[in-house]
Amino acid sequence: MTDKIPEEELKRLERVGYDSSGKLHRAGSFLITDDQIVETEKKEKDVEVLPLKKALEVYPWVEELMFRAVPKDKDEYTKIAAKNPPIGYFIRALPGAKVKAPVQACFFLKTTRFSQVVHNIVVAEPGSELHIITGCISAFYVKEGKHISLTEYYVRKGALLTYSMVHDWSYEVEVFPRSGAEVEDGGVFVSNYVALTPAKKVQSYPLARVKKDGFAGFYSIVYAHPDTYFDLGAATLLEEPGARGEIISRVVSNGGEVISRGHILGAAGKTAGHMECSGLLLKDEGYIHAIPELKGATSDTELSHEAAVGRIAPEEISYLMSRGLDEESARALIIRGFLDIKIKDLPEELQKSIDEMIKTATSGGAI
Amino acid sequence: MSGKLRDESKLYDSPPYILEVEDLWVKAGDNLILKGLDLRVGVGKLHVIFGPNGSGKSTLLGAIMGLPQFEVIKGDIKFRGRSILGLSTDERAKLGIGLAFQRPPLIKGVRLRALLATLNGGDAKIEELADNLDLKNHLDRELNDGFSGGEMKRSEILQLLVQRPELILLDEPESGVDLENITLLARFIGELLERGKHIVDRKRSGIIITHTGHILSYLNADIAHVMMEGKILCHGSPMDVLHQIKAKGYKECVECLLAEQSKEEAA
Repeated sequence: MTDKIPEEELKRLERVGYDSSGKLHRAGSFLITDDQIVETEKKEKDVEVLPLKKALEVYPWVEELMFRAVPKDKDEYTKIAAKNPPIGYFIRALPGAKVKAPVQACFFLKTTRFSQVVHNIVVAEPGSELHIITGCISAFYVKEGKHISLTEYYVRKGALLTYSMVHDWSYEVEVFPRSGAEVEDGGVFVSNYVALTPAKKVQSYPLARVKKDGFAGFYSIVYAHPDTYFDLGAATLLEEPGARGEIISRVVSNGGEVISRGHILGAAGKTAGHMECSGLLLKDEGYIHAIPELKGATSDTELSHEAAVGRIAPEEISYLMSRGLDEESARALIIRGFLDIKIKDLPEELQKSIDEMIKTATSGGAI
Repeated sequence: MSGKLRDESKLYDSPPYILEVEDLWVKAGDNLILKGLDLRVGVGKLHVIFGPNGSGKSTLLGAIMGLPQFEVIKGDIKFRGRSILGLSTDERAKLGIGLAFQRPPLIKGVRLRALLATLNGGDAKIEELADNLDLKNHLDRELNDGFSGGEMKRSEILQLLVQRPELILLDEPESGVDLENITLLARFIGELLERGKHIVDRKRSGIIITHTGHILSYLNADIAHVMMEGKILCHGSPMDVLHQIKAKGYKECVECLLAEQSKEEAA
């Protein structure tokens, strides 16, 4: 099915973790270009990969999950998504299934001035394990475009869901992901977000509601090029006893504008949350605005945050230069290290391609 | 006095020189720190520089390394006979100059292993060297993040062992290191400087700065200098000079040594 996609675009798919060669072990695949579903494939029996429209026909209960984690009328973009036909995926791990290989998904914007609108639902049934890699890319020639997505995650009792999203847009593309997660008792939800290439505007603020003894972690790595505007963050509501949350972000601005938000609410006993917002400014242009928020609504919650925004200290550069690294290599080593947060539970190939993207973003004329 | 000290015969080392510092004047910010310093280091020799805090010892090493906070306003620094004043820090490192910092900076994100890999192009032996210096568990830690004083100093020596410079500048290598670790540290500094080799086979040269002199109990240096107020005022054998300083303090030591030197000259 991917024959229709030109060679150079396939390479870009690979960069965001989407393997169309069949060489890498994947539990399933889902690919949309503009508003066309190009590929839906499941390779393992315990996992389901369906177009959302189809899932609504097969499973009447999916209707109940629609707009539950993300309300329909949350903002103008969720309203647009609600009005559109449900294009997007439904990915589900069956109860107790331990699906180790990741399911790969990709949203590919290939027509200039197209507005891509998708709605996705992910369900990790009780006791299951599910890993999803989603890549979002635009064709190199797309000068303008919009991607609006609404994604709802349901992590059932004791389930583990990791969701890794890599954005690889181009200048002039505007992106509005809207997502929400429900994490039931003892469930674990890990969201990884990587954006290292330019985009005109990306605005995202997923929210996780965590029940008894559950965990939600949001990890993001962002490199903001000039003329790029990112308004990113995450909120975690620790609603029941024993719930835990973590929000960690590493942001580099090479002239781009970044707002890095975080909000953790401790609303029940024995809850704990930690947040880290670290920002590195490479130029006088642009900014990083860290807004870490903690709200303790009971005395038995432990919430903490660390936030630091600064430049690379000159003595760090001269120290590395005294070891024989030229100035550019010294800066690149520091930036690469800064962005390396060893994302939790990430499939090896995706980690490799992220390392590669970090290398590209931090070498050559980029810095 | 300084005229006499610049006399070839009074520089206390013999050619071929790896390093020649001539009438060096250096500023750090608005402060004039070095005021006409002369020093020559022969190939294979280890010099030690004593001096009170603020005498300009670290400035001298920083200026030789070409660290940007030090500005040379007069004089020259030659490495293997060639002036290096126009070279950047990394170019000097590539020529073969290495510095063990007194207080290396904490560099978040940069793991010791990643830095070592860039220094030797991914050549092996890193594990073995780290193990020798009791730093195996530090390879995957961020540079100097939570390192103790001793660990920092050993990490500096480990980096130099991988870098393999020909002129090794050691800025207070023993400060903040507990006694039992000084032995280990001194052993590898000795290895770095090929002190185990016969004197004629030593190719690596060094300058050690110390104000306690502890390291000299474990490492033989060839020549000692005393530095005060931005100048090298006198020279001698390391143990003699150290004893003088311990017995009389810097000021008297300098006066005494100068008197000795003029007696020798007269003789």
